[in-house]
Amino acid sequence: MDYISIFFEVGFWVATIRIATSLIFGTLGELVCERAGVLNLGIEGIMTLGAMSGWMWVYLGGSLWSAVFFVAFLGAIAGLIHSCFTVYLGLSQHVTGIALTMFASSLSYFAFRMMLPDVTTPPKIDAFSNYAVPLLSDIPFVGEVLFVQSPLTYLSLLMVVIVIYVMYKTPFGLAMRMVGENPIAAEAQGINVHLVRTISVMMGSSLMAIGGAFLTISAFDAFFFGMINGRGWICVALVIFASWQPKKALFGALLFAGIDAYQVRLQQVPGIDIPYQFFLMAPYVLSIIALTLLARKAVYPKALLIPFRRGERH
Amino acid sequence: MRLEIRENMPIWVQGLAPIIAIFISLLLCSLLIIWAGKPVLESYALLIKGALGSSFALSETLTRATPLIFTGLAAAIAFKAKLWNIGGEGQFYMGAVLATVLGSGLVTLQPILMIPFLMVTGAFAAGILLLIPTLLKNYLRVDEVVVTLLLNFIVLLFVNYLLEGPLQDPMSMGWPQGRPIIDEGLLIPIMDRARLHLGFILAIVAAIGCWIFMKFTLWGYEIRSVGLNPEAAKFSGINISRTLIITALLSGGMAGIAGVSEVAGLKGYLTLDMSPGFGYAGIAVAMLAMLHPLGVIASAIFFAGIYVGADSMSQGMGIPSYIADVMVAVSILMVLVSILLVRYRVIKG
Amino acid sequence: MNSALHIKGVTKRFGSFVANDDISFELQQSEILALLGENGAGKTTLMNIIFGHYVAEQGCVDVMGKTLAPGDPKAAIEAGIGMVHQHFTLAENLTVIENIMLGSESLWSLTTDKTTASNKVLKMSKDFGLQVSPDAKVSSLSVGQKQRVEILKALYKDAKVLILDEPTAVLTPQESDSLFETLKLLVAKGLSIIFISHKLHEILAVSDRILVLRHGALVDEMQTCDADKNRLSESMVGKSISEPIAEKLAQGTEVFSLNNICVNGTKAGTRLANINLNARHSEILGITGVSGNGQSALANLLCGIIKPHSGDMQFNTHKVTAFSPASFIDHKVGRIPEDRIREGVVGEMSLWENAISEIYRKISRFGFIDFKKAKHFTHDLIKDYDIRCDGIEQEARLLSGGNMQKLILARVLSQQPELIIANQPIRGLDVGAIANVHERLLAARRAGACVILITEDLDELLSISDRVAVMCHGELSPIYNADQITKTQLGSLMSGATIDNNKNNPQEEVCA
Repeated sequence: MDYISIFFEVGFWVATIRIATSLIFGTLGELVCERAGVLNLGIEGIMTLGAMSGWMWVYLGGSLWSAVFFVAFLGAIAGLIHSCFTVYLGLSQHVTGIALTMFASSLSYFAFRMMLPDVTTPPKIDAFSNYAVPLLSDIPFVGEVLFVQSPLTYLSLLMVVIVIYVMYKTPFGLAMRMVGENPIAAEAQGINVHLVRTISVMMGSSLMAIGGAFLTISAFDAFFFGMINGRGWICVALVIFASWQPKKALFGALLFAGIDAYQVRLQQVPGIDIPYQFFLMAPYVLSIIALTLLARKAVYPKALLIPFRRGERH
Repeated sequence: MRLEIRENMPIWVQGLAPIIAIFISLLLCSLLIIWAGKPVLESYALLIKGALGSSFALSETLTRATPLIFTGLAAAIAFKAKLWNIGGEGQFYMGAVLATVLGSGLVTLQPILMIPFLMVTGAFAAGILLLIPTLLKNYLRVDEVVVTLLLNFIVLLFVNYLLEGPLQDPMSMGWPQGRPIIDEGLLIPIMDRARLHLGFILAIVAAIGCWIFMKFTLWGYEIRSVGLNPEAAKFSGINISRTLIITALLSGGMAGIAGVSEVAGLKGYLTLDMSPGFGYAGIAVAMLAMLHPLGVIASAIFFAGIYVGADSMSQGMGIPSYIADVMVAVSILMVLVSILLVRYRVIKG
Repeated sequence: MNSALHIKGVTKRFGSFVANDDISFELQQSEILALLGENGAGKTTLMNIIFGHYVAEQGCVDVMGKTLAPGDPKAAIEAGIGMVHQHFTLAENLTVIENIMLGSESLWSLTTDKTTASNKVLKMSKDFGLQVSPDAKVSSLSVGQKQRVEILKALYKDAKVLILDEPTAVLTPQESDSLFETLKLLVAKGLSIIFISHKLHEILAVSDRILVLRHGALVDEMQTCDADKNRLSESMVGKSISEPIAEKLAQGTEVFSLNNICVNGTKAGTRLANINLNARHSEILGITGVSGNGQSALANLLCGIIKPHSGDMQFNTHKVTAFSPASFIDHKVGRIPEDRIREGVVGEMSLWENAISEIYRKISRFGFIDFKKAKHFTHDLIKDYDIRCDGIEQEARLLSGGNMQKLILARVLSQQPELIIANQPIRGLDVGAIANVHERLLAARRAGACVILITEDLDELLSISDRVAVMCHGELSPIYNADQITKTQLGSLMSGATIDNNKNNPQEEVCA
């Protein structure tokens, strides 16, 4: 195996799409929040919450698909908490988001320890197995890569289409883009700015939570402490990388997942004598580089981070 | 629901607000104790006893408060300038790494020089680490929140590499553990039969120093102006870039000293689990202190008490000690709300 | 005639400040009712109450006989109220049709019908003479076009009552005239209009009936046909305040010049193309233009915020090389920013901390601020410039607009600047405060300073400037003597046309 032949392996491409799945959910979720004008730094915690609760739901006897709904519901609750503080009370989105991450992750760990006080090795569940799409999966190479994936992966791709449709083709999507751009204008048209922002943040947070759950009920079959490991922050970076467009978010998630899958395989290439920690740094370093290259061009939603207070003299 | 600015508010209400916020957080977290099926009052009593009940408990609390004061100052200073430094964790390890590199035999000085030397170099290295996102923010408009967060992971992996490679203690039998700090560099204990060390006194001094710096000096004035209204600050001739660089060096430096103090004061060597999230908890400390450097001391001791007390509560009651982190997170949110309610009143309609 | 809108006893307070004091009036159908009052009289507050942005403490609003739910813009829109705000409420990165459609379909609908909406807008724009392309991005429109979109937005939602808040503030005199024609057309088609302004001549030109608001209370009412200017201005201002007059001074020597200055910019209003101007001691050089034509860029250049890409700036016969606020301050350039709250003060800092913001380095020892000197300095400013406040520890954000401007003037003028850049110095101030600002600027002129006044208010421009110039698309017109140019001619220059040179004797610029 050498560093070029990795690209010709089916396994590499399959892994890329698998790794991308949680990033797609997370990035879409963050994007929806930010287009409505709310930075949601709770993402890391919400993904942890999703990972833990999705796993726990199945472990306690729930079905896999009901776990997805349960996790989406919990994510929406977390989003509601974030909105109460940042949208209705207009508190600092930075500090609230970090606090929400601390809250959601520590609560997840607390709950996990409560339910399973004595285990040392995390117990396993029967996770989603890959679904081979009839006929299409028979196509050599492409079929194996694209059409033998987890049902949640297909769901993530469907979500990209749905988010694009909602954002650009429905009245709610227009209102969402408007409150992220000029909330005063939206209010002057009779839009309830707080409500639109809150719903957007709740929907976005649901997506984030499903992104976390994908890790424990599809990619792996167990929950570990610290398993989100900065994925949420990478999603925040990917939103900027995607310049707040869902299409580009898909592309960005795939690119980053590809790099991640590549570094794992590169570690095993004989003759490359670099400590493994440096390979593991790759996604974080690349996120920073991508941000740096794109930041100047980034066109932020104009009302991002700015709370909207009704009836304040402006 | 609407918010209306309050014209003025007596100072005692402003002081009382965070205390009420803390009380409400404890009330909310008692739900977790009820969930665990344990008696609430007894559990909290155990927590308080574990944190303050004996001179040993108190010394443990102050020991735990030491790094929190430093990381709290780091957050307080940066947030004053609206530089969102969420990278306290990475800067902590950067300081700790430099203390290990320089303090494990490479440089030998008299203790009176060795300790300041380690502190200053550690602070400088951590300050430089924060300078990266600060310069990216200032010149390329890169969001510093994401970069400082991502740097935490990079630094931790780097420390992991160092502890399994160049800085590994040959006597550690394969454990990822740093070479020990030489005796000249160790922070002496300041209490008999306890772990409380010189670092605590240095932390108090640092807090007072930061207070004087922020309140009385030109640079402090510039940092406050830039934080409150960067456009007005720029218009009146303040050099924004320079101010942010000073802020970054000072803020990163404080977090770095936290790392030096833990390595040189507590264990004597660096490990990968040295910080159970001191960098992040620093944000909570700073928020509770309403970004006031002197308030950071009290607020750090309070949170340290929660952590130390929660450990003994979890041992005595079987409640997972993660409850301490939940309390810290909830109290950040409650303190935020209390600050808001001091400035605004909520009216219906 | 039926009343379209009935305001009943509306009272609104902000803290201890009474913005509207028991206001009642009726708007008849097909009437243009003018609401006259100076800045801070409570006009905008009243309109925001009608539209549901604010909630009044007392009183209510009836539309076509039905009482409106307070604090709900949606209810106001449904009742047929349309509002054109003083600052446009448009999202720049969305298209015209998206801006217009927002809020007209149910939020929960799964589809949207852009074609029907476009057709409706096109038909309306034909009917009312409001030409605009539905698929254009709002950011690409001119100020006048944006205002048309604002009116169309209201008409699209079937507004019966149209409220316009200072609609001419950003228009050229010619654009204002065409707006008045549109309004008359709208009234002919059955709409009722409230027209808010502080400009007497506009109100006399367009309205049927006039209400005068002062300090939050209704003080006068008359039919426009019976109105006379003196009575209106007296009831608007209360006691008569005499505007200071610029006395004739001997022509000073040249102190400042810009030679072929260019600033590159991609967005409209950030570009400066080949600017030449010279300014003298003891004169006020006024510069005007429709907002967004480069005045802000020029002001930023003159304040040291941005650097020119080419060309040079001469000050006191020296070529300026260091472009930064600090170095401009050191060279005795006094700068009064466009936006007091955004650039002028740090609202959450105390008065004394704001007062020393340009001199704090000079009153320090070993890096520590000399508190005693700083507070002493501030006390002097408060006394000399008559700043009304609760002491030097008060937060600057709590000052009234006029007193905040006094603080900024005090900070700048106490340093005896030779060149003063005053960018929109009277925006949002009442008559008393305006007179104060002008007095201070004229006193500085008397003392020999050169004042560059950037303003959108043509009355202000012509009343105190010695010479004037107009900015359009980042270019500066020739400089004219203020007593030799009319408002109409300024309006032509503002829209990019040229005016007959012979009659006005333009002074040719000296190019380097």
